Amino acid sequence: MSEVTFQYENETHRADTAVAGFWLFLASEMLFFGGLFLVWTVYRQIHNSGFNQASQHANLLIGSINTVILFTSSAVFAAALPAGRRGANRTAFWLCVVTWLLGLAFLLLKLWEWKTDLGEGLFPGPDFSITGPGSAGAPLFWAFYFVATGLHGIHLLVGLGLVAWIALMAYRKQLSASNATSLEVVSLYWAFVDVIWLMLYPMIYLSGHVG
Amino acid sequence: MSITLEEARESYLTEEGTLRSWLLTTDHKRIALLYLGSTTVFFFLGGIAAAAMRLQLVTPNGLIVSNETYNRLFTGHGVIMVWFFLVPVVPVTLGNFVVPLMIGARDLAFPRLNLFSWYLFVLGGLIAIYALFAGGVDTGWTFYTPLSTDYAKGHVVAIVLGIFISGFSSIATGINFIVTIHRLRAPGLTWYRLPIFLWSLYATSVIYVLATPVLAITLVLLAFERIFRVGVFDPALGGDPLLFQHMFWFYSHPAVYIMILPGMGVVSEIIPAFSGKRLFGYHFVAWCSVAIAVIGFLVWGHHMFVAGTSVYSAIVFSILSYFVAVPSAIKVFNWLGTMHKGFVRFDAPMLYALGFIGLFTMGGLTGLFLAALAADVHLTQTYFVVAHFHYIMVGGMVSAFFGGLHYWWPKITGRMYPEMWGRVAAIMIFFGFNLTFFPQFILGYEGMPRRYATYPPQFQVLNVLSSAGATILAVAYLLPLGYLMWSLFRGARAPANPWNATGLEWQTPSPPPHINFIVTPVVTQPPYNYPPPEAQEHV
Repeated sequence: MSEVTFQYENETHRADTAVAGFWLFLASEMLFFGGLFLVWTVYRQIHNSGFNQASQHANLLIGSINTVILFTSSAVFAAALPAGRRGANRTAFWLCVVTWLLGLAFLLLKLWEWKTDLGEGLFPGPDFSITGPGSAGAPLFWAFYFVATGLHGIHLLVGLGLVAWIALMAYRKQLSASNATSLEVVSLYWAFVDVIWLMLYPMIYLSGHVG
Repeated sequence: MSITLEEARESYLTEEGTLRSWLLTTDHKRIALLYLGSTTVFFFLGGIAAAAMRLQLVTPNGLIVSNETYNRLFTGHGVIMVWFFLVPVVPVTLGNFVVPLMIGARDLAFPRLNLFSWYLFVLGGLIAIYALFAGGVDTGWTFYTPLSTDYAKGHVVAIVLGIFISGFSSIATGINFIVTIHRLRAPGLTWYRLPIFLWSLYATSVIYVLATPVLAITLVLLAFERIFRVGVFDPALGGDPLLFQHMFWFYSHPAVYIMILPGMGVVSEIIPAFSGKRLFGYHFVAWCSVAIAVIGFLVWGHHMFVAGTSVYSAIVFSILSYFVAVPSAIKVFNWLGTMHKGFVRFDAPMLYALGFIGLFTMGGLTGLFLAALAADVHLTQTYFVVAHFHYIMVGGMVSAFFGGLHYWWPKITGRMYPEMWGRVAAIMIFFGFNLTFFPQFILGYEGMPRRYATYPPQFQVLNVLSSAGATILAVAYLLPLGYLMWSLFRGARAPANPWNATGLEWQTPSPPPHINFIVTPVVTQPPYNYPPPEAQEHV
């Protein structure tokens, strides 16, 4: 046994412990984003009409395409887990590649969306373009937009690195029933990044189109 | 991997001596020592700032520094002492060392994560130190907006980044402890056989994992607002500065319990060991740790009674704050009950633990004054508050830390500390502390506001008393640094169990071998299974 695993009874004990630890990490991450969602919700309550106006300026088309892309990537990566567990390294490798490319597509679209947002004067500050009656609080919406999508983007970037690492493992034919913990942990992470987007999508793109 | 029995018995300290073997170690015992070194540096840095403040306050017009410098001193003192000493110190040093030993494991669940957390801590600490020495920050450790975002000069973003990074070190430690306690207990070690120190570290870890990320996102928003000059908490853009305070205290009040629960755990180990008795009301003490952690999440609003929150929410927060006193008081009575008719020995760890009980009780009771709405309106923002939380955090936690350090020193180093000097330092800390901070209760009651570099002349006598106490305290804190270092080289060799204490950590040699236990222990007895006092007298 290697230097850092000699405290475990066997490989299953070690694998289950790693997964348990990762769930705790995700709980911590949930509260990280939870704080952001809380502040957002409080301000949306205070500045309802400003937030609605601001939301209507968000790029619904790109947002929706990105949602589809990210969810597809999650479905694909979820299929990689059983493949890795039964040692089908070749399948797992290609599933990782597809996941990775979809994740990259999401990020590129997001960057393009940011560029159009900035072009429309949606960054809060002196040149902020949403003005007029009932627009109070609109700069807050866009401040959150950039913080939230920025943090989500950083998480996705980390995810791309992790998926690439799993792809490399699969390429070297290292995944097997007894060595799938890394794959399981990364799928948890990828799904988590997806869940965060599941919260952000309605908050950013849909909230201005209801009521 | 095949090794001989001789190699397996080699102590973790002497096993390999290169610098590389220390900096890349995954051994929880060595990481504990790395942490001990770095937290000690922060303790003395924060202490120097405190000493400068007490020197300044000897005369009404201020003795040594300008008002601006004074603001930077108390901010630096607060930031360093809270985030780089009190929040991490007992879990990452004593906890890191004894958690695996107490549960009969060979290491924590994630040894590499443990090492990584130390590097995060050091990185965060270095950034914070850079911010303080490059000109400092004058916002106070609470970074209230809009002062911190729009008006304060200085390196707010840098220091916030340092705290953010060190926060992830806390989260990593918390995850490691929770998972380790769940998954790596020795055969027979059920939850109700765990030493109370583990219950309190478990409760602390829950706070680490669930509260720290909220501070992290709050600091991200603060930095975003300051860098881009777009208000998240800026009233001019429709933001709400009070929301920052809610978010900040949602972390920072539970963090107060991060700063006391591990200390309570240490004391719960020391008192039974030096009373030769089982811990009175074990189940109550265990669950009170959890209760404090849970209720601690529900009382943050009591920091904002005069900030303009609604009266009704203030009443609720006031009542909830009283609730925290219940499990805390239960613990105090259980410690007293443990000593009652016990075979009490007054070795240095016990003196520190007794000091803890006295000072913590003072701090806790004065906390009730502050939880009362009407009294708080008068006392808030005065030295009464300063005295109150120093009684908990310095009188309580630092005493407990020193108690634990002396208690486990023979196990950590394999050497005994000089007993007489240990007792002298423990007694000096108790008296020096009271002389420093008791006058501050009176100062606050008489209306001296906190965070000012000068004060009206009628407060001078009490301020001089306080500064005099601080000199005693400074000597008392320097003493252990001297004699503990001395004992590393000249102290008597420690036996495996110098205190005749129960607990798995005392069943392995001092200092323990790298793998902790040659044979995994099997637990068959309840915790603190000390023989009845009658039996001990005949020994």
